[in-house]
Amino acid sequence: MSRSAARNIPLLAFAALGACVPVALSALKADFYLTQLTMSAWYTMVALGLCLLMGYAGQVSMGHAGFFSIGGYTAAVIATAGMPSWLSVPAGVAAAALIAFLVGIPVLRLKGHYLAMATLAFGFIVSRIILGTPLLGQADGISDIPAYHLVAGLAISGRRALRVQNFYLAWAVVFVGLVAAMNLVRSRSGRALRAIRGDEDAAAASGIDVARHKLAVFVLSAVYAGLAGACIAHFNGGIGPGEAGIMKSVRYVALVAAGGMANLWGTLGVSAVLTFLSLRGAFGLYDDAVFGALLVGIMLFAPSGVFTLIRKRVLGR
Amino acid sequence: MGAAQILQYLLSGVTTGSIYAIVGIGFTIIYNATGIINFAQGEFLMLGGMIAISLHGFLPLPQAIALAVVATGLCGVGVQLVFLSWLRRPDILRMIIITIGLSILIREAALHVWDEKVHALVYWTGDETSSLAVLGARISPQLLWVLGACALMVASLTLFFRYTLTGKAMRACASNATAARLCGIRLPWLVTLSFFLAAAMGALAGCVVSPMTQTQYDMGTSLAVKGFTCAVLGGLGSVGGAVAAGILVGVLESASISVLPLAFKDVVALTIMLAILLVRPQGLFAAIGRKTGPL
Amino acid sequence: MRGRTIFLVGLVLAVLGSAAAWAADTAAVRIGAVLAVTGPAANLGLPESRTLQMLVDDANRTGGIAGRKVELIIKDSQGSAEKAVSFAKQLVEEERVLAIIGPTTSGESMKLKGYVEENETIMISCAAAEAIVNPVAKWVFKVPQMDSFAARMIYSTMKRMGISRVGVVASNTGFGQGGKAQLEKLAPEYGITIASSEVYDASASDFTGVLTKVKGQGVQALVNWSVEPAQSIIPKNMKQTGFDVPLFQSHGFGNIRYVEAAGKAAEGIIFPCGRLLVADKLPADHPQKRVLEGYKKEYEEKFKDEVSTFGGHAYDAFLILSDAITRAGSIEPGAVRDAIEQTRGLVGTAGIFNFSPTDHNGLTMDAFEMLTVRNGQFALLGK
Repeated sequence: MSRSAARNIPLLAFAALGACVPVALSALKADFYLTQLTMSAWYTMVALGLCLLMGYAGQVSMGHAGFFSIGGYTAAVIATAGMPSWLSVPAGVAAAALIAFLVGIPVLRLKGHYLAMATLAFGFIVSRIILGTPLLGQADGISDIPAYHLVAGLAISGRRALRVQNFYLAWAVVFVGLVAAMNLVRSRSGRALRAIRGDEDAAAASGIDVARHKLAVFVLSAVYAGLAGACIAHFNGGIGPGEAGIMKSVRYVALVAAGGMANLWGTLGVSAVLTFLSLRGAFGLYDDAVFGALLVGIMLFAPSGVFTLIRKRVLGR
Repeated sequence: MGAAQILQYLLSGVTTGSIYAIVGIGFTIIYNATGIINFAQGEFLMLGGMIAISLHGFLPLPQAIALAVVATGLCGVGVQLVFLSWLRRPDILRMIIITIGLSILIREAALHVWDEKVHALVYWTGDETSSLAVLGARISPQLLWVLGACALMVASLTLFFRYTLTGKAMRACASNATAARLCGIRLPWLVTLSFFLAAAMGALAGCVVSPMTQTQYDMGTSLAVKGFTCAVLGGLGSVGGAVAAGILVGVLESASISVLPLAFKDVVALTIMLAILLVRPQGLFAAIGRKTGPL
Repeated sequence: MRGRTIFLVGLVLAVLGSAAAWAADTAAVRIGAVLAVTGPAANLGLPESRTLQMLVDDANRTGGIAGRKVELIIKDSQGSAEKAVSFAKQLVEEERVLAIIGPTTSGESMKLKGYVEENETIMISCAAAEAIVNPVAKWVFKVPQMDSFAARMIYSTMKRMGISRVGVVASNTGFGQGGKAQLEKLAPEYGITIASSEVYDASASDFTGVLTKVKGQGVQALVNWSVEPAQSIIPKNMKQTGFDVPLFQSHGFGNIRYVEAAGKAAEGIIFPCGRLLVADKLPADHPQKRVLEGYKKEYEEKFKDEVSTFGGHAYDAFLILSDAITRAGSIEPGAVRDAIEQTRGLVGTAGIFNFSPTDHNGLTMDAFEMLTVRNGQFALLGK
């Protein structure tokens, strides 16, 4: 099988699966699952971006919920403030990208624990600013966010009639994000990133502009997160300060780790499943505990992720 | 602003700062022995406080605290042995993730063992309305206990790390594990000991601050954030540095209250930490026993 | 002979017919609840969840609501907006509930308001924000007393005490925010000057700094609007720093545990509250006495824990819903909704409810009493 076929077949299978889901659900009279499936898609976007950053570039970020919230709140403020409505999502993405750029320049000079603490601090600061600013709704968040209208009658909205449309929209964006990420990983930049992850000094010695690459991936992962935040704000019709909390950032890290740090498909699968279950309340009162146990369990028993573990133990290769 | 008010702000800053400082101390112990930041340190404070409160129901206060300290120390040992001891040369990212996961698990376990309510240990002397006059300002006597506990911990730990063989061996482990092993230092036992110490100190800290901050199953996270801010500011590995940084942060926060909206008080400490990390990563009080910096 | 056969056949048909009709008419009542059982709003949501479960169990033991079994589905939103939205959609579209009780917090309630309105599902919120019922939405109701009532009662008491210059501190939660907004809005009406208004983080453990700032403004009283742990730490810090002015708190203080947590520093705290906490001190002919004492006794026996006014919100929500279903004689959403709007004189824990098409809260200011702490116990102020 040629290399490009080996790449494209999983993608085509994924696209086909995604296309079938609403049809199947409709036949089973289980359309309501579409809501949580759509929300999972947006959260999976964040995980994909974080996978690029943590898995391929090796930079830990304990504050990614901050970029998600920046995207979401920027979109929310614009959408409810009477400004041109098409502006909200692009503005959300731009805000996340800009802040990632400004924060990344100094912060990415740090490594290991220090980077973790700095990004944790960033997430914490974003959370506090949200809670302390009346414009951002403080503890109540922002409600009554209108739908986001795209071309040809499509709109990002939580309305029941538009459920199927929104499912396809969300997962199409994830698909594009996945393909883009895969292309990045396979490109020269991707190899540079993996070199950086292996050993920054060696990479620099080989002529790679380490700082520029790290910053680029950091900003890209923030773009993924900001886009997701902006879109979910429109889908849910609201956003709350809980989206910026430490536990959210920890969850994203858990999802990437469980998928296998440098495994885009793994991250996608784990994120889709676990976020879906969590949003349906499947974990009941133990929601946080599940992610905590996941973190510990994966790091102890399957540091290369669940899928590698399955492949090795079950399939023996 | 009168002199009395300025002094009151100062003392208020020292009060909060001493709480941060005493949390930061726990971080430096494990860091000195293993080179890792244990994000679950805040939970040791919570456990110490909760256990002491439960025991105080049928034991006098000093015994309840002593027993809580030992019990939490053993919990720390348990955590290290069960989850961390058999990892072979884990990378930093993995350790960070594991300790965060552990902190979540300990928190949830505490929620189910105790409950979601707020509890508090009794004041060590006096009660909740006791007030000492200090040159025109007033403080709670418990603050003196917290400062005293800080001083005791700093003194004993500095002596331990600098002058005892075990302490020096511990620092050697973090500095260069291979070399330490070659010198015949028994690494695993020292790492376990460091967890016992950190958890025990954390428990003591939790008991002494409990009357003031009150104890709830989820108090660990926000305290931990402030605690390692101080540990980093003081220079990771320096116990005295952590305390000094803690007091400084507390005072700066208190000063900020007089000019900024209170809602952004927490942002102050973290912004300072970020700035210091970027400008002078080895910490403000780069004293002896420097670990390799972050860059 | 034939007559008897016809009669028998007719009788059997009639019995079968009415049995069929009866069976069709005893479809279960499905009630959903979105509550913050764990997470930052847990001391509001947990009592609500327990109370609801307790009441549903009681109802089912005694034949259900209007002869129908009650099915309760509780979802723990952990106080987060996106979970609340997801669960609400699940409850409405998948579980097809008649009504949603909750959410616990104002932020979550506002996120659901538009959705339940569009999908014609009754929502009885346990959150206090004015905006939930103002502007009135056809399907959205709320049971807690208005924050504005609480603020007004505090200010009236202050006027009687000759206080005109105050400081306000509130936590950065939805609860604190709501109260602070009302305090600031209503102050001019009562001639009160707010010299200092600050928001602190809910998990803060020491308030001596902000108290120093407020004290420096020369205030005659302090109002704190929060739940635990701040509301127990602030009185202690005040005594410790010698800040000796009257402390007013919100109805979030309504649980004896918080008084115990504050110890001697709790003496003299003044706060508005529903009558649940002083049920035993009410005169025997007070209309709420029986409901309050009954609820208190049952909750405390079942859960070995003090009753709280927050749990009372869930009690009232369920009471209103079951009363409306009984009066409507059906579980058709529109009919039940109309019946809720026609509720008159229903005795709940928060007060006596009188709904109307323009009033979806149903309570007036006399739902509140001003309470204080005397010798470690709750007592009516001024009595």
